[in-house]
Amino acid sequence: MYELAEAVPWLGSRNPRAARGVVLALMLIAPMIALSAGNTWVRILDFALLYVMLALGLNLVVGFAGLLDLGYIAFYAVGAYTWAFLASPHFGLHLPFWIVLPAGAGFAALAGLILGAPVLRLRGDYLAIVTLGFGEIVRIFMNNLNHPINITNGPQGVNMLDSLSLFGWDISRHIQITDDFKINSLVLFYYVFLLCVVGSVIVIRRLQLSRVGRAWAAIRDDELAAKAIGINVRNMKLLAFSMGATFGGVAGGLFGSFQGFVSPESFSLMESIAILTMVVFGGMGNLGGVILGAIALSLLPELLRSVALPVQQALFGHVILDPEVLRMLLLSLAMIFMMLLRPAGLLPAHARYSRPELAGAGRITE
Amino acid sequence: MPTDNTILELKDVQIAYGQIQAVKGIDFHVSTGELVCLIGANGAGKTTTLNAISGTLPIKSGEIRFAGQDISKLPAHLRLRQGLALVPEGRGIFTRLTVEENLRMGAYTRDDKEAIEQDLERVYSMLPRVKERLAQVAGTLSGGEQQMVAIGRALLSRPKLLLLDEPSMGLAPLVVEKIFEVIQTVVKEGMSILLVEQNANLALEFASRGYVMDGGRITLAGSGSELLNDPAVRSAYLGEA
Repeated sequence: MYELAEAVPWLGSRNPRAARGVVLALMLIAPMIALSAGNTWVRILDFALLYVMLALGLNLVVGFAGLLDLGYIAFYAVGAYTWAFLASPHFGLHLPFWIVLPAGAGFAALAGLILGAPVLRLRGDYLAIVTLGFGEIVRIFMNNLNHPINITNGPQGVNMLDSLSLFGWDISRHIQITDDFKINSLVLFYYVFLLCVVGSVIVIRRLQLSRVGRAWAAIRDDELAAKAIGINVRNMKLLAFSMGATFGGVAGGLFGSFQGFVSPESFSLMESIAILTMVVFGGMGNLGGVILGAIALSLLPELLRSVALPVQQALFGHVILDPEVLRMLLLSLAMIFMMLLRPAGLLPAHARYSRPELAGAGRITE
Repeated sequence: MPTDNTILELKDVQIAYGQIQAVKGIDFHVSTGELVCLIGANGAGKTTTLNAISGTLPIKSGEIRFAGQDISKLPAHLRLRQGLALVPEGRGIFTRLTVEENLRMGAYTRDDKEAIEQDLERVYSMLPRVKERLAQVAGTLSGGEQQMVAIGRALLSRPKLLLLDEPSMGLAPLVVEKIFEVIQTVVKEGMSILLVEQNANLALEFASRGYVMDGGRITLAGSGSELLNDPAVRSAYLGEA
């Protein structure tokens, strides 16, 4: 929140409180603005918020603890499939969200531990390779566990997932207030996701300030020194993996309920890389940066898509470059320019892992 | 010989990296309030020994006793709680945290807030250069300043024994002198120190006792001045013909 407010051009450095108000107002009215451009844009915003949650979770592992994870999407998959198994006609179970969502988070955390345990001694490239393999293993399992016993329904995926219903309201339906005024379900999902993002930010912020957050910062900078000052490096790394996975699991559950359908192809390696790009692009280790990175890199390709298609049609009479190709091109270009212009990301992390409001102020001595 | 006053004692300790035997059975001890140095050429096994004492490296056989207890099997983070603090080779500071955060990390295992503040003040008075740079990111400090931060950080855990690994490494002679002044101050305050050094001359000058390591074994032992005047040591480690 502080970081985001600081990033507001001009106002951020002059009047942080007003800047914070601007950020808050923008978050609240964003779906209304999007709605005027059509339902598609609200849907894109909803997905942007899911990406924010994923990026926040991955940032915990990569940005805070310094453990490169290229298979993060696996935890998203675990959360989504948990929803599919416990709340869809697939197994005939229709448990309420307050059981399914925590279950998804719990299974994801468990998956985090399962990934974390064997990679404790690995760093850098080796860690990246193993986590990448883990992500692929999970996806391939989901793809193939339809035989001999049908668990995941294979490449067809599971559909007709229950939607999210809060206090008896199914938020996948529009709420008709008067004859000509209704609240769009996509907008409802937006606010539910926003609430989850805000909750995540609060939890992650507390974690960052806690002893755990400090231990992660120490491990990230120097593992041997971290051991030498009495940090239980093994437990802290496992905690980083499982905490990061938890957020992925929650996001996955929400994704399942939102989409109503899950299939293995949503959880490809490219998705892991896209999320990592968001974290790096925004500013590893800085919550505001990560949020900004996730929003920017999930909205920009869509903007590009809506511009590039008509432009190509007008210029050449047909579409030369598929929007999906453009998306990857954009991600790559974004990374290259980032490395050249702002190697620490859009909003670089403060030196202080704690109390960012004190950064640069120094300590008052005498 | 080890006495009741012994804080650290190694008995026939062997350490191996896979098939390669780095330390081939060494015995030595450090008494309370002593500055003991371990000298030797590159690859003699000095750093390996220190890492094994701090628990970041497992030993193959033998026994490490600290303050009367066998700590051979204790994990590193628990050894610190017993009062064993390591300043790793190459300083091992947290480069992306500020100097103050680095120092406070030293007190990670403690929760006695007032005493921590007192210890911080004590470290500041010992290291005035560090105090001027509290809000600075530690990675931007000079090598000597980083070394001081690393020592200060170790002191904040209130150790009984401080393990220093090559504090003079890569530093200008003048800076090395400053570091040794700090080490002397710490010793005067009653801290026990085990110092690993390649700069044998300087280390032996300040040490009460010293051990010479060669090829994974201890080849010579004696008081600082004895070793300093030993012709074998002089020719091998002090650069005299």
